[in-house]
Amino acid sequence: MTKTVIDVRDARQTFMISAGAFRGKRPLHAVNGVSITIDRGEVLGIVGESGCGKTTLAKMILGLLQPTGGDILLEGRPITELTRLEVARLLQPIFQDPYSSLNPRKSVGNIISLPLKVQKDPHPESWRERVEEKMALVGLAKRLYNLYPNQLSGGQRQRVAVARALVNRPQVVICDEPTSALDVSVQSQILNLLQDLRYQLNLTYILISHNLAVVEHIATRVAVMYLGRVVEEADTASLFERPQHPYTRALLESVLTPEPALGVPDTQLGAAYPNPVAPPSGCTFHPRCTQVMNHCSRIAPRPVATETGHVECHLYAADQGKERAIS
Amino acid sequence: MADRILEVNNLTVDIPVPSGMLHAVQGVSFSVGRGETLCIVGESGCGKSLTSLAIMDLLPANASRTADKLEHDGVDILNIGENRMANIRGNTMGMIFQEPMTSLNPAYTISNQLEEALLRHKKVGRGEARERAVFLLEKVGITAASNRLRQYPHQLSGGLRQRVMIAMTLMCGPDLIIADEPTTALDVTIQAQILLLLAELQKEFHMGLILITHDLGVVARVADRVAVMYAGQLVEQGTATQVFENPTNPYTQGLLDCIPIPGKTARGAHLGSIPGIVPSLIGDLNGCRFADRCPYAKDECVAKDIEFRAAFEAGHSYRCVLSPEVCAKNAQRKLIA
Repeated sequence: MTKTVIDVRDARQTFMISAGAFRGKRPLHAVNGVSITIDRGEVLGIVGESGCGKTTLAKMILGLLQPTGGDILLEGRPITELTRLEVARLLQPIFQDPYSSLNPRKSVGNIISLPLKVQKDPHPESWRERVEEKMALVGLAKRLYNLYPNQLSGGQRQRVAVARALVNRPQVVICDEPTSALDVSVQSQILNLLQDLRYQLNLTYILISHNLAVVEHIATRVAVMYLGRVVEEADTASLFERPQHPYTRALLESVLTPEPALGVPDTQLGAAYPNPVAPPSGCTFHPRCTQVMNHCSRIAPRPVATETGHVECHLYAADQGKERAIS
Repeated sequence: MADRILEVNNLTVDIPVPSGMLHAVQGVSFSVGRGETLCIVGESGCGKSLTSLAIMDLLPANASRTADKLEHDGVDILNIGENRMANIRGNTMGMIFQEPMTSLNPAYTISNQLEEALLRHKKVGRGEARERAVFLLEKVGITAASNRLRQYPHQLSGGLRQRVMIAMTLMCGPDLIIADEPTTALDVTIQAQILLLLAELQKEFHMGLILITHDLGVVARVADRVAVMYAGQLVEQGTATQVFENPTNPYTQGLLDCIPIPGKTARGAHLGSIPGIVPSLIGDLNGCRFADRCPYAKDECVAKDIEFRAAFEAGHSYRCVLSPEVCAKNAQRKLIA
């Protein structure tokens, strides 16, 4: 068994956006050259503001979007060579809103057993048993088998979504904002469940969230995305204790922890999120950066290796990237 | 000028539903001073939004509202009739809603929507209204304000729209703002900016602010005083420090255990959780609403309604049968376990 489950190499996704009825289409680089590897048993957190490309990246890994450039390797095989069913056996998603991700016309049992049906599982007589086993695993009582989603609470629905994702024993579960539609007390139950399942079933997670406290709590590694690129990637501990990229620092500062004495932080991130159709030149973060230098607006930074990952910022390049500015 | 800008005493909201009477808000009492921020925090369905709508008299037509006292700036607003209430709403009492896209009219320009309230409530001309709109847009941090006035809501980003909403609320110079989840739909970076802006404007104009949210992080950082709601009732009230440092009601204690706190909660450790679900508020309600989820529930909890009682410090009160000493011990035990 290989150690790396998912290997994303310079993946790109470009959408052509219509600029108006009589104007041509313009490219929007939703994911602009992302390279990332995910090892077995890891929990990779992906954070960033809305529109930074985190969901697009997840869709490409799930095989729902064909990358317009670069490669994605699942267990060493390019995703383009795998059939949809093969990808689905390996990866399963859990979505944000359990109110819209479950078919309201199907019973809980039907919803959870659907992946078995889709994969043409050869033992239909064992389905009920396996579904009930998974229901027990995620903490759903057997008597809920014949109920419909509208008869369940938000937390129970999200448990159904987790059970459905696990019924085919996938290697990787991609959780896109798994708790942001849930109440605080229910959120902690689902987070605890995801943690327990990870150890019991030796799962690998990709956790996409804008809630940095949740990411810090669950992830083992974190990638920070900005305008389609991973601007910093590191171990959870190093990223949260020693953030390098100015954007990561600003992002961490804006997290409101429940400490009453501290007040609201001033992140100095003045300008709004840039228009992704016309991204800023050079380093795309330069208009909002507090440590901007002259050449930042002209030259895009290259990834610089750090202790546990990489960062894309001139501050950490040799000679702060000035050498390239002159040549 | 009354020192208390809003006083609410024993506010109750009942809504008839097919299966009986839904007691959405049950006997809520609080007050807000000038320049003070009160945060009402609770999970979905606890009645926090209906409380704010009840104050503004914007409840659905079939809902019935009763209260012993509902005073704005020393003036009774409980029985003043729709006409006089309409003169207060948007004038001295402003409201900011959660989703700025749905609360701005997509068919009108920003300037139309900003100036409307001022022209309705004050004797000003169009030119003067335009001037104030530009002034306030700049105040809330929008650059090139006079150009923005000609734009429509869809041309603005989420953060800008919420800034426009705030500017709109400020047009008539209100002395009380009710903000219902003003930052929930926004990114964390924008959220911090909007909250900072609200706090600054509130100081500058010396307004009372009621902030309704489910985000405990926001509450801790913004609130002077905190009111925790559960199942239609207030269960704990106090200053932000009192509620966050010494949560006394078992529900408040449970809620604070549920969130990972960077630096305090060990990474990957089990989070606390509250078993069970929120009770139905339809029909007769008796005893403590939290009893069936509470780890310390006793027989007397369900026998009768539980009264508010004082905690150790002045200004800090909570609803529970347990004494402050026992509650503090419970909190300690939880930390060790």
